[in-house]
Amino acid sequence: MKVKKLVAEVENLKAYYKVKGRILKAVDGVSLGLRDGEVLGIAGESGCGKSTLAMSLSGLFLPPLKYYGGKIKLKDIEISKMDRKLLRKNVLGKKISFIPQSAMNALNPTLKIRNFVIDVLKEHEPELSEEEIIDRVEERFDSLSLSKRVINSYPFELSGGMKQRVITVISTLMNPEILLADEPTSALDVSSQHQIIKLIKTLLERRIVKSVVFITHELPLLRHIADRIAIMYAGQIVERGTTSQIIFSPLHPYTKMLMSSIITPEKGMKGKELPVVSGSPPNLYEIVAGCRFAERCPYVTEECKINEIKFHKIGDREVRCLHPLTERNGINAAK
Amino acid sequence: MQPNSAILSAEGLTRIFGSGKKKVVAVDHVDFDIKFKEIVSLVGQSGSGKTTIGRMLLNLLKPSEGKIKFIGRNIKEFAKGKARLEYWKKVQGVFQDPFSSFNQFFSIKRNLRRTFRLMEQKMSAEQKDALIKQSLELVNVDPDDVMDKFPFELSGGQRQRIMLARIFLIKPKVLIADEPTSMIDATLRSGILRLLMKLRDAEEMTILFITHDMGLAYYVSDRIFVMHEGKIVEEGDAEEIVFHPSHPYTKKLISDVPVLNKEWL
Repeated sequence: MKVKKLVAEVENLKAYYKVKGRILKAVDGVSLGLRDGEVLGIAGESGCGKSTLAMSLSGLFLPPLKYYGGKIKLKDIEISKMDRKLLRKNVLGKKISFIPQSAMNALNPTLKIRNFVIDVLKEHEPELSEEEIIDRVEERFDSLSLSKRVINSYPFELSGGMKQRVITVISTLMNPEILLADEPTSALDVSSQHQIIKLIKTLLERRIVKSVVFITHELPLLRHIADRIAIMYAGQIVERGTTSQIIFSPLHPYTKMLMSSIITPEKGMKGKELPVVSGSPPNLYEIVAGCRFAERCPYVTEECKINEIKFHKIGDREVRCLHPLTERNGINAAK
Repeated sequence: MQPNSAILSAEGLTRIFGSGKKKVVAVDHVDFDIKFKEIVSLVGQSGSGKTTIGRMLLNLLKPSEGKIKFIGRNIKEFAKGKARLEYWKKVQGVFQDPFSSFNQFFSIKRNLRRTFRLMEQKMSAEQKDALIKQSLELVNVDPDDVMDKFPFELSGGQRQRIMLARIFLIKPKVLIADEPTSMIDATLRSGILRLLMKLRDAEEMTILFITHDMGLAYYVSDRIFVMHEGKIVEEGDAEEIVFHPSHPYTKKLISDVPVLNKEWL
């Protein structure tokens, strides 16, 4: 398979929160490449830095979040140090579109969707007339088989699933290259989830967006939407690989723990022994030396607690672990 | 009690909100039996009426029509005052939004100490605190970390786990658990589910597990009730519902759940 060209590259990105004089290292040295046409899934538990990563990837560091280093490159431009005004004008919405978590609840309740869209688009392209905007929106709604009636509705007249679809369509009206979607399905029931996922797939197929970063804690969803997955733990990515590698043969003990805690209505799931996990993720204010997962890891050795763990290459895969779960270690990774 | 006798049952249970044009029939003539020591899941989409049933079973909301029986007695008898407190000793709930369940002006310790008012035996403050600590550890919360904190200082997942710790203190006969793990991370969730199953075995607790997550429902329950627009459209063995659903709504619900070993899109 030909490796597709990169649409974005992130190098050693650091974004910390400054709270009451203390520094919380929410995103602490994240590197990743986003390829043309792919969905990159980012998974991890609450507090691991997923949402902060999503926000940082848009280049928008809103206080108390602060940029502390690293690069975010979109083809030729570097956006991590870009002036906020310029970023809003030239990058957000046009090159990168960021849908924050529970964005659908942020719709202005007193505005019809149509007025909301006019507001948004005028901000980006002041020369457009209202008619032009509405034409464009209607056309896009039509092409994605969403009812045009929605445009003349108030948010409270729409279901949660519909609101989320509307938000997704509006945020991609300017055909951004990258869509950053933070938990776009988490408050929705399964049927609406299904529709959102299909919508995102359609946006990709039609090249309305070129790549998607999909952040979620629901792993069964990623199995169906992501091409590759990065697993985050305590502010860092601990493992990267293709979706089937990550889900069916994880290398990092943490990834394995996450995968074995998946519960779906399938044969063999009923009452199955699930891993009993003790402890909690480390305090991101005071990061300890060595592996961040060491305290909870069943395979920990003294060696793990000394130096920061770098990425190890195993074939085409990368894992931040000294004792990855490969056959070599006598541990069956697929089990 | 005998294993196959009904501990909670509903007959023609109906709840209507509003009136006239704005009338909403949240629960529409529902009948069911929940048997002693059984774990039953009530599944359905948001707005299907699951939580309304839970609230009626807990005597927090009056039915518009129909009745609920607890070991053969209409729970109307336990609607007020001391009788209601008696009822709550035996039938307890854990809610999906744990923030609204705590008194926000009290620390966790004080919130949990109030639980002891539902108990008969007198205990010293030390005994109470020891019990509180023990139950917090069971749900994987560090007592030293949370005891003196206020509810707003904790994450949603922590608050939900503390709600469950309350259940270990009270040990009711019936637990109505309304989305009890919705904010708990997957790796901790499994521990909580197993604890619920252990409670059933060790304390002979009967559990109604309300969820929209078919995977969780399948994992924990003996039987599943599927709700749609205020009605229970299908009920049966967990295996039966998941692998051989018969109602079209159940079929759609099952097919919309992303699973690992089957294509979904």
